Amino acid sequence: MVDNPLTKNIDMSRPPLDIAAYEANDGYQSVRKIAQGLGSADVLQLVKDSGLKGRGGAGFPTGLKWSFVPQGPDSPAQKYLVVNADEMEPGTFKDRLLMEGDPHLLLEGMIIAAYTIGASKAYIFLRGEYTRSVETLSHAIKEAYSKGYIGKNILNTGFDLDIILHTSAGRYICGEETALLNALEGKRANPRAKPPFPQVSGLWGKPTIVNNVETICNLPGILTYGVDWYHGLSRGKDHGTKLFGVSGKVKNPGCWEMPLGLPIRELLEDRAGGMRDGLSLRAFLPGGGSTDFMLPEHLDLKLDYDEIASVGSRLATGTMIILDDKTCPVGMVGNLMTFFAHESCGFCTPCRDGLPWVDAIFRELEEGRGQEKDLAILQEHVSYMGPGRTFCALAPGATAPLGSGLKYFADDFKAHIDKKCCPYKH
Amino acid sequence: MTADNVIASSAKQARQLTEAEIAEIEHEKELYPDNRAVGLEALKIVQKHQGWVSDESLLAIARYLDLPVADLEGVATFFNLVYRQPVGKKVILFCNSVSCWIMGCEGIRSHIKETLGVDFGQTTSDDQFTFIPVPCLGDCDRAPVMMVGEDLHRNLTPEKIDEIVAQYRGK
Amino acid sequence: MAKVVIDGKEYEVNPDNNLLQECLSLGMDLPYFCWHPCMGSVGACRQCAVKQYRNADDKNGMLVMACMTPAADGSIISIKDEQARDMRERVIESLMISHPHDCPVCEEGGECHLQDMTMMSGHNYRRYDKKKVTHRNQYLGPFINHEMNRCIACYRCVRYYDDYAGGTDLSAQASHHHVYFGRQEDGVLESEFSGNLVEVCPTGVFTDKSFSEHYSRKWDLQTAPSVCVGCSVGCNTTPGERYGTLRRITNRYNSEVNGYFLCDRGRFGFDYINSDERIQAPITRSESGDIEISVDDAAALIEDLKGGAAIGIGSPRASNEANFALRNLVGAENFYCGIADDEHAVNRLILELAQDEAFHTPSVRDIEKADAVLIIGEDVTNTAPRISLALRQSAHNKALSLASANNIPQWQDAAVRELAQHERSPISILSGYATRLDDVASELHIDSYAGQAELAQAVAAELGGQVDAPSGLSSDQHALARTIADHLRSAEQPLIVSGSSSGQLCLVQAAANVARALQQKSGSPTSLCLVTPEVNSIGLEMLTAAENTLGAALEKMTSGAARRAIVLENDLYRRAATQTVDQALSNLEQLVVIDQMPTATSAKATHVLPSTGFSEQESTLINYEGRAQLSFQVHKCATAGLPAWRWLSPGETDVNGVINRCSEEVKGFEKLDDMLPHGNQFVAGMKVPRQSHRYSGRTAMIANINVHEPKQPQDTESPLAFSMEGMPATRDCSILGAAWSPGWNSNQAISKFQDEVNGDLKQGHTGSLLLERNQQGGYLGLSMADQDSGEFSLIRAYQIFGSDELSAKATPIRQRLTDPYVSLAPVDADRLGVRQGDTVSINGNGQLATVCVRSHIKPGTTALYAGDNHLNLQDLPASVILQKSTESIGGNGIGGLIVSDLYEESY
Ligand SMILES: Cc1cc2nc3c(=O)[nH]c(=O)nc-3n(C[C@H](O)[C@H](O)[C@H](O)COP(=O)(O)O)c2cc1C
Ligand code: SF4
Ligand code: FES
Repeated sequence: MVDNPLTKNIDMSRPPLDIAAYEANDGYQSVRKIAQGLGSADVLQLVKDSGLKGRGGAGFPTGLKWSFVPQGPDSPAQKYLVVNADEMEPGTFKDRLLMEGDPHLLLEGMIIAAYTIGASKAYIFLRGEYTRSVETLSHAIKEAYSKGYIGKNILNTGFDLDIILHTSAGRYICGEETALLNALEGKRANPRAKPPFPQVSGLWGKPTIVNNVETICNLPGILTYGVDWYHGLSRGKDHGTKLFGVSGKVKNPGCWEMPLGLPIRELLEDRAGGMRDGLSLRAFLPGGGSTDFMLPEHLDLKLDYDEIASVGSRLATGTMIILDDKTCPVGMVGNLMTFFAHESCGFCTPCRDGLPWVDAIFRELEEGRGQEKDLAILQEHVSYMGPGRTFCALAPGATAPLGSGLKYFADDFKAHIDKKCCPYKH
Repeated sequence: MTADNVIASSAKQARQLTEAEIAEIEHEKELYPDNRAVGLEALKIVQKHQGWVSDESLLAIARYLDLPVADLEGVATFFNLVYRQPVGKKVILFCNSVSCWIMGCEGIRSHIKETLGVDFGQTTSDDQFTFIPVPCLGDCDRAPVMMVGEDLHRNLTPEKIDEIVAQYRGK
Repeated sequence: MAKVVIDGKEYEVNPDNNLLQECLSLGMDLPYFCWHPCMGSVGACRQCAVKQYRNADDKNGMLVMACMTPAADGSIISIKDEQARDMRERVIESLMISHPHDCPVCEEGGECHLQDMTMMSGHNYRRYDKKKVTHRNQYLGPFINHEMNRCIACYRCVRYYDDYAGGTDLSAQASHHHVYFGRQEDGVLESEFSGNLVEVCPTGVFTDKSFSEHYSRKWDLQTAPSVCVGCSVGCNTTPGERYGTLRRITNRYNSEVNGYFLCDRGRFGFDYINSDERIQAPITRSESGDIEISVDDAAALIEDLKGGAAIGIGSPRASNEANFALRNLVGAENFYCGIADDEHAVNRLILELAQDEAFHTPSVRDIEKADAVLIIGEDVTNTAPRISLALRQSAHNKALSLASANNIPQWQDAAVRELAQHERSPISILSGYATRLDDVASELHIDSYAGQAELAQAVAAELGGQVDAPSGLSSDQHALARTIADHLRSAEQPLIVSGSSSGQLCLVQAAANVARALQQKSGSPTSLCLVTPEVNSIGLEMLTAAENTLGAALEKMTSGAARRAIVLENDLYRRAATQTVDQALSNLEQLVVIDQMPTATSAKATHVLPSTGFSEQESTLINYEGRAQLSFQVHKCATAGLPAWRWLSPGETDVNGVINRCSEEVKGFEKLDDMLPHGNQFVAGMKVPRQSHRYSGRTAMIANINVHEPKQPQDTESPLAFSMEGMPATRDCSILGAAWSPGWNSNQAISKFQDEVNGDLKQGHTGSLLLERNQQGGYLGLSMADQDSGEFSLIRAYQIFGSDELSAKATPIRQRLTDPYVSLAPVDADRLGVRQGDTVSINGNGQLATVCVRSHIKPGTTALYAGDNHLNLQDLPASVILQKSTESIGGNGIGGLIVSDLYEESY
């Protein structure tokens, strides 16, 4: 059996498999299982048993999330599935690969998810800049309709599902699941208060599940090959494989499907080929721009949710950003702060007004006008914009590289102030 | 007292939506349960046809879908990819997020500035290009990257920029 | 009740509320911005951070936003916790990074919630030394200033304006540090309730434009508790005066009536008080011109008219005291109702229904709680605006009940709205034209008066009422009646609304029938809200004998049976046909007119006596519910004006005496004097100052004229003093003008005076309900007005800005006036060959109106707005003939008209 269920069909040097070829390689088997009588409660149990955790960043157990959707005759008839394909986290480039490389895998996963929660309508919330994904997904959706995998009375199960591709008008905050729902409703994409959670009152007030593209792409394998197979894939406590990416000045940047629990060093050295000649590793963000820096000393840790958390960071999207010794760490953090300040939705105070201050301080540091007193203000903002203090997780995400950067690169911050310039440029 | 005074509390008048725009908006109506959601789609549709969303277009959409124009403005001004100002024939979406930054996108930006004479937020004098920064384009392993119109360009170098510009100017 | 521990002490709280609200109810100081007592929580500003502990052993705790956390039983929180305090200080600091620090020139200064919260949070040093974000401001019309740079992005304005008040032209725009709150482009704010933005905004973004033009600090304003005279709702207000001119009006909280909000007529329609056109002195008219007379001469004149020597015509815009004094002077049998006969007839019916045990008259607060509403022929947005805002809230009740069913707390405002989507409690509207509540209407039926009454009658029949079911209804109309009946039947708190502005008995009769049918079904009284057009219509009707109509009075004058008359604060040319009034007045030997401003009637008087305006006298007024309310004098009258009752009862100087006498002598007024403040409401017997502790410059006020400070006027009648001396209305005082509490200089201080947030004021002061229900009536037949031969049956349209005689004279309101207009259906406009904005003449008699083509009006009917006294409705028959005219009216046009269904040919 396969050991790379997410990418087994992907070869970026050719167009993605069409539906016939996809079917030939065990595609849509899970839907056939459903047609043969696999009930939604059974699927839910399978997904719970698989131990699948959300790949969108928070790592929340998928089966558990689904189980919060009210079911039964008193629950609202209309429920929704929404696929979060807004991938805008800096340094994250994994969902694009799945959608451009094997769109049917996503559709198959969506059918499973929608069937389980009883959603007759599913939206793919795709970031607008992914024009190639629009092409591959639109084509795949057409094919799936024509083969009866989606539409009315799917394979005579009595289950209906429409899949609608929605392209975003562009804001990082739209990736936050409740802001995403507002954007889908055509509103300003401010996040919503939780509770109530989307599972209870989501899209247009109806029970809604939001899952990441990669999360959904895990589902067909689980149903087709079974939970035991799935558990056998990983090398650590967490189950299944995951897309891991490496960007920055490594020899061979890229994105690969690897077992969870793989040591970081293997990814970095075997896959990404190690640092470019003449450069050494200074630090890295393990899972996109909203994670805390990790250091070379952490390279032997496993790519597991808990292990990464044990050193104060997060596995999050699993796409690493590498900082080498010739690149300015202050500049790197500053770049992220500009991003976060610009992408703040403007709803809550600490984020809306805290980030621009932080960003302004970084601009001054870079221009050689940094002041000692401002470092304390940066440090204050780390806790001021931390979890629970803001309305959503955007600003706390920004504090991850900021807080860890202040800690690990204190000398560099000081050097910018003392030398009145960026030492890496001069 | 003229009829104009009665209707026009606004200085601007809605323009007439084209048949193509209307057809596409009508299609979107089938996909969403209310007009509010269609409003954002309509902004994108109109932009696709007109290049940007003028006040006249904004009013036209608001009227067509019976949405408050103030709300529609609130939505239009929220999103990065809805242009409420005219843009050139091609929009350059230039990734300046962290991986591209590490890979030297600032140098590429300077090169574009020199060749095209525009910085972020500006349009070339021949109306060919508008140069806009964009958050991470999700192609970080091939940084620096940018989009011109709908096309992605990767592993950018100054030479590549020259080629790309020539290619579009030629078109 | 739940128990929570706050900073180590246990308190009883209501678990259905959030912690912020409960802390405020307990009188604690906890800063906040985005939360509002009427609008619930959204958690945007992050200002109300407190520490919450999981249990008694939890020493670390977690920061939570009090406004977003339920006051659940067993909660342990700390307001004083170091981290929580630090968080609150940081929030203020960052709110202020782009704030302009222009407090000295800001109209909000001194009553700014942002200033208060800044002090409360301890932020006192500016560390931010980078660039500020700046914004461009918009022109928002004659009422409101816009200064966006002061914005702290609490989102209250849009939540109030859009979500609460149903406005559509104000929105949040842009994002991140650039969020902007404004219109899509410059222009007049369309909502009739825009003025509340001034009070809802916690800083100085939206300020009162007319106040700005003659600005004064809050503490320099002399204020007193007052009642709005704009319509029959009687909202409670706090007018403020400085240097002899009335400067502004703000809301005064009354839990039963207006709560926190006023309409724009009430807020901006007062500055006629300062007008040069006020009648300055008592005069006698002679051949040779006007001769000023003394108070004694006037007293002698009045003395002469006593006891049957003259007839008196009262006024629905005059106080009870004035009307009572006139009635007393001329004798009850000679006291006539100064209301148009058709409206008077409807008012009498309303008065009768107000004593019927089958009904209940809802307060504004009750109206907000209704879960199904039927409105019959009354455009409340324009005749009793505050009620329309309350009705809009009633539509939200469905959402609140859905939320409860889904375990979402009702204060989770955004979540409740999201869950409910377009679900609303039903509001069915029968009207002659589209109204501003149509966006929340579940059913809308546009018809002639007769059509509306018949449909309502059909609803009554559907509900099992013993009425003759109307015969001519279509099957659609029957279905509609059934739907409406179903809504009302299945509601727990159904409400029927109508009123007398149309002068149509049939509408109120039908309303009563529907309400009676409901009452007979449910066994409990039905809420029946019947509004009258003016501030004291009910008071006047209660003082007048039913048969003493205005028509009868005019007839007496015309026939010569009455040769002398006193007209109290009334322009008869707005109440009866021009010719009839002309004839009647020309027959008089003596006509005494008492009024504030000159009118067509005062122009014909032999004697004119100036009366004081609402802010210059103490008075009682009776609202649509029969609620008597006391309004205090705010400032001295700048003219030689006296309260009208003083002209009419020479020798009497104490208004309390008049009030006492009225309550003793007139049936129905027994409880009027209950409202007068009692001794125990004063601290150590001291008066309540109208001027704040900080009132400045008193000694120098007239220093340019005389350096000797004049003695302050003495107020021997009321418990208030015209000075800073005394005990200010602190807690537990029912004579509260401007609320102030230590640390709370803004209007948010009100929570310190409420028994709980949104509750009654401590010791209450909601007025006295005068009317008792002790009668049992029956179903009513419909008295349909005769239709004459005109082409268009006439429906009266009213405008919030223009239809009220006095407020229409105020400067800001004048800028919003439109010309008189006739609303026509497109087919009718085509037939007449007229287009939007053309002029038509009415019945060929020289009366002109502008054409307003609307998509929601029944062909064959026309809704006519008379303008500010441009047309006399009483001159017009029930149906009219319209003809295109080339003449021009030359007023403001109708460009400023805000209606939802303006017909546009091109689209
Ligand atoms: C600021 C912000 C941006 C986010 N962006 C994304 C995103 O682009 N894609 C995504 O799948 N999840 C994103 N998330 C996480 C989502 O809110 C949500 O947790 C996720 O879609 C759930 O899917 P999962 O359970 O399958 O992981 C974001 C969260 C935050 C706070
Ligand atoms: S968000 Fe809360 S968080 Fe803020 S007061 Fe507003 S009131 Fe509280
Ligand atoms: S940082 Fe530029 S593509 Fe990711």
